[in-house]
Amino acid sequence: MSEMALPTTDKRTKLRIANREFRQELGMLMPALVLLAIFLVVPFLLSFWFSLTNERLVPRPVPASFIGLQNFQRVLSDPSFWNSLWNVIRFTLMVLPIQCGFALLTAVLINQKLPFRNLFRSLLFLPAISSMVIVCVIWSTLYQFPTGPLNSLLQGLTFGLAGPVDWLGDSAWSMPALVLLSAWQAYGFQMIVYLAGLQNISPELYDAAKIDGANAWQRFWHITMPGLKQTHVFVILITTIQAFKLFTQVNILTQGGPDGRTDTVVHYMIHSGFVEQKVGYASAVSIILFVIVLAVSLVQRRLMRDAS
Amino acid sequence: MAALTLRNIHKRYGGVHIIKGVDLDIAHGEFVVFVGPSGCGKSTLLRMIAGLEEISEGDLAIGGTRVNDTPPAERGIAMVFQSYALYPHMSVRDNMGFALRLAKVPEAQIKAKVDRAAQLLHLDQLLERKPAALSGGQRQRVAIGRAIVREPKVFLFDEPLSNLDASLRVQMRIEIARMHERLGATMVYVTHDQVEAMTMADKIVVLQGGVVEQVGSPLELYHHPRNRFVAGFIGSPKMNFLACTVRALGAQGVSVELPGGSRVTVPVEAAGVQPGQALTLGVRPEHLVEGERAGSGTLNGQVLVVERLGGSTFLYVDVNGETLTLQVDGNSRTGVDDRVAIAVDGAVCQLFDATGVALARHDRHPLADLGRHRAA
Repeated sequence: MSEMALPTTDKRTKLRIANREFRQELGMLMPALVLLAIFLVVPFLLSFWFSLTNERLVPRPVPASFIGLQNFQRVLSDPSFWNSLWNVIRFTLMVLPIQCGFALLTAVLINQKLPFRNLFRSLLFLPAISSMVIVCVIWSTLYQFPTGPLNSLLQGLTFGLAGPVDWLGDSAWSMPALVLLSAWQAYGFQMIVYLAGLQNISPELYDAAKIDGANAWQRFWHITMPGLKQTHVFVILITTIQAFKLFTQVNILTQGGPDGRTDTVVHYMIHSGFVEQKVGYASAVSIILFVIVLAVSLVQRRLMRDAS
Repeated sequence: MAALTLRNIHKRYGGVHIIKGVDLDIAHGEFVVFVGPSGCGKSTLLRMIAGLEEISEGDLAIGGTRVNDTPPAERGIAMVFQSYALYPHMSVRDNMGFALRLAKVPEAQIKAKVDRAAQLLHLDQLLERKPAALSGGQRQRVAIGRAIVREPKVFLFDEPLSNLDASLRVQMRIEIARMHERLGATMVYVTHDQVEAMTMADKIVVLQGGVVEQVGSPLELYHHPRNRFVAGFIGSPKMNFLACTVRALGAQGVSVELPGGSRVTVPVEAAGVQPGQALTLGVRPEHLVEGERAGSGTLNGQVLVVERLGGSTFLYVDVNGETLTLQVDGNSRTGVDDRVAIAVDGAVCQLFDATGVALARHDRHPLADLGRHRAA
C-alpha cells in the first residue's frame, strides 16, 4: 500500500501491483475452481457431448460415434419417459403444498416464545439430518402390508371398516405414500429457512397491528405472509427442484412400480444409463430434465415477482 | 374525557422487577413526557398503557374505565413507534386506513378520513407510495397519520424522533407540538432526550430504575429538582456538582464553604442541617459567570477545553481536580490553559444532602407553574 501512496507511482507500477494481487487472488481461488471444474463443469459438458453420441457404459470394439439428435428423438417418443415425467409432475404438485405448508406451520410454532423452544426446534429438524435411505427403511416398516403400524392405526380408528391398504403396492396409493414420507423427511430445511424469514420481520409491526385491532389470524395474513414473500420464492423454488429430482425413495421402496406409477425421470435415466448401459441416451434424458427444471424455475420466479 | 390514571403499577419479568410502583395522573389534553436514561422502564410503562405488555400489579384507567385487561385496539389509544412500524407491502393510504378497514368502516368513510389526515400532514402527494419510497421524515409523518386516522383518545409516542437527523428532529418536534394544539388530545411521549422533554411537555415524568423520580412542569424540574438525579438529568449541559461544607445557618439560608475557601449563601430551608456537615452544591453551567463578582463566591481554575458554538461558548475548567462546565458569552476570548476566576451566585444554586435529596428552596420560582399558554 505504501508504494501506491508515493507521488512517483506511475501507471506501470500500478499495473504491476494489480497483476501481482490478481495472481494471489487466483492462487487462493484455485482449489475451489479445480474442484468445481472436475465435479460440475466437466461432467455437465461431457453429458452434453454424450447425449449426441451412442456412447455405452462398457467400451465396445466399435468406437462411439456422433449421432446428432437421435437420442433426443428417441427419448421424446418413448411413452415410458412421458409417464415418468408425468409422475414427477404429480409428485411435485402434491409434495409442494404439503412440505412447504408444514414447514411454514412448524416455523411459526417454534418462533413463538414457548418453553423448551430449542428442544422442539431440534426435534423438528431431526428428520432433515437423517439419511433418506434410513427414513425409507423406517417408513417401509410403517407402510407394511397388511400388518404395519399405519394399517393397524387405520383399522383401529375405523373399527375395521377401512383397510388394510397396500400403501406401496397399490397403484392409487403408492405415489401419495411417497409424497408423505418425502415431505416428512425434507421439510426441516424449509422450516429453518422460514424461521430465518420470520425472524427478519420487525416485532414492532406486530405491535402496530395489535393496536390497529388485528387478531392473530389477521396478523398472520397481513404481516407474516407479506413479510415472507422473498422466503416463499426461495422455498418454493428449492422444493420444486428437489421434487423433480426424486429418485432415492423410488429406488428403495417401489423401483418405479406398481405398473410404472412411481417411475420418475431420474429413475428412468439411471435405468437407461446403468442397467441398459446406454450412456448417450441417459445423457439426453439428463439434458432434457435440466432444461425442464430450468424452465419451471424461471417461470415460477417470474410469476412470483409479478405478484408483488 | 380521556384522562389517564396509573395506580401503583408494577411490571415483573420472571424475577426481574422493571417497574416498581408508578402512580400518575394525566389530565385530558395534557402532553406528558416520560424521560429517563435507557433501561429506566419508560418504554415498558408506555407499552403497558398501550396494552402491549401485561400489567403485573396495579390499575390502569383510561377515561375513568379500568383497562388492564382490555385489548390494545379497544383502549382508544394509538401509538407511534421508533421504527415507524409501517406495513412495508402496503401503500401509505392502506397503512393509514388499515385499522379502519379491520374495524369494517365503510370504504368511503375510510377514504375521507385518510384524505383529511394526509392533508393535515402534507402527505397528499404520497398516498399511493410504499413506505420504502419515503424519506425518514415522511415515514414518521405517515406513522403519525396512521395514529390520527383512528381518532384515539390518547396518543402514545415511543421515541418517535430518534431515527431522524438533528434538523428534521427539531422540525418534527414543532409539528407534533402544533398537532397537539390542534387536536387537543392527550399525548404520552417517551424520550431519552431531555431537550425534547423540556420543549414539548406540559408535564415531565422523570424515571430511573423503574421509579418515578419527579413529576412536574419543565421549569419546575429545572428550578426545583427534587434530587440530584433530576437536577443532573434536566438541563444541558449538565448541572455541575461541587462538594461543600456547611458553615452557617440563618434566615437567609445555608452558608457553605466552596473548594478554595470562598462562601456562598443558598436560600434553602436549614432544617436538619448542622454546621460542619458535608453537602453537595449544584449549579448550572449557564448560571456560572467568568470573573469575580461582589456578593458571589469565587472558584479558581484552569481551562481544559473550549467549545465555541458561536452564540455561546462552553468552558471546561479544572477546579481542584473537578471539571466544571461554564456557559459564557460567545464573544469570550478565554482560551485553553488560561487561569480563570468563576463567580458563583448562591441565589441560583441547589444544595443536596448526602442521600442526594435537594434541600427545599425558600421561594418558588415564578415560572415554575407557567403553562403552555400565558395565563390570562
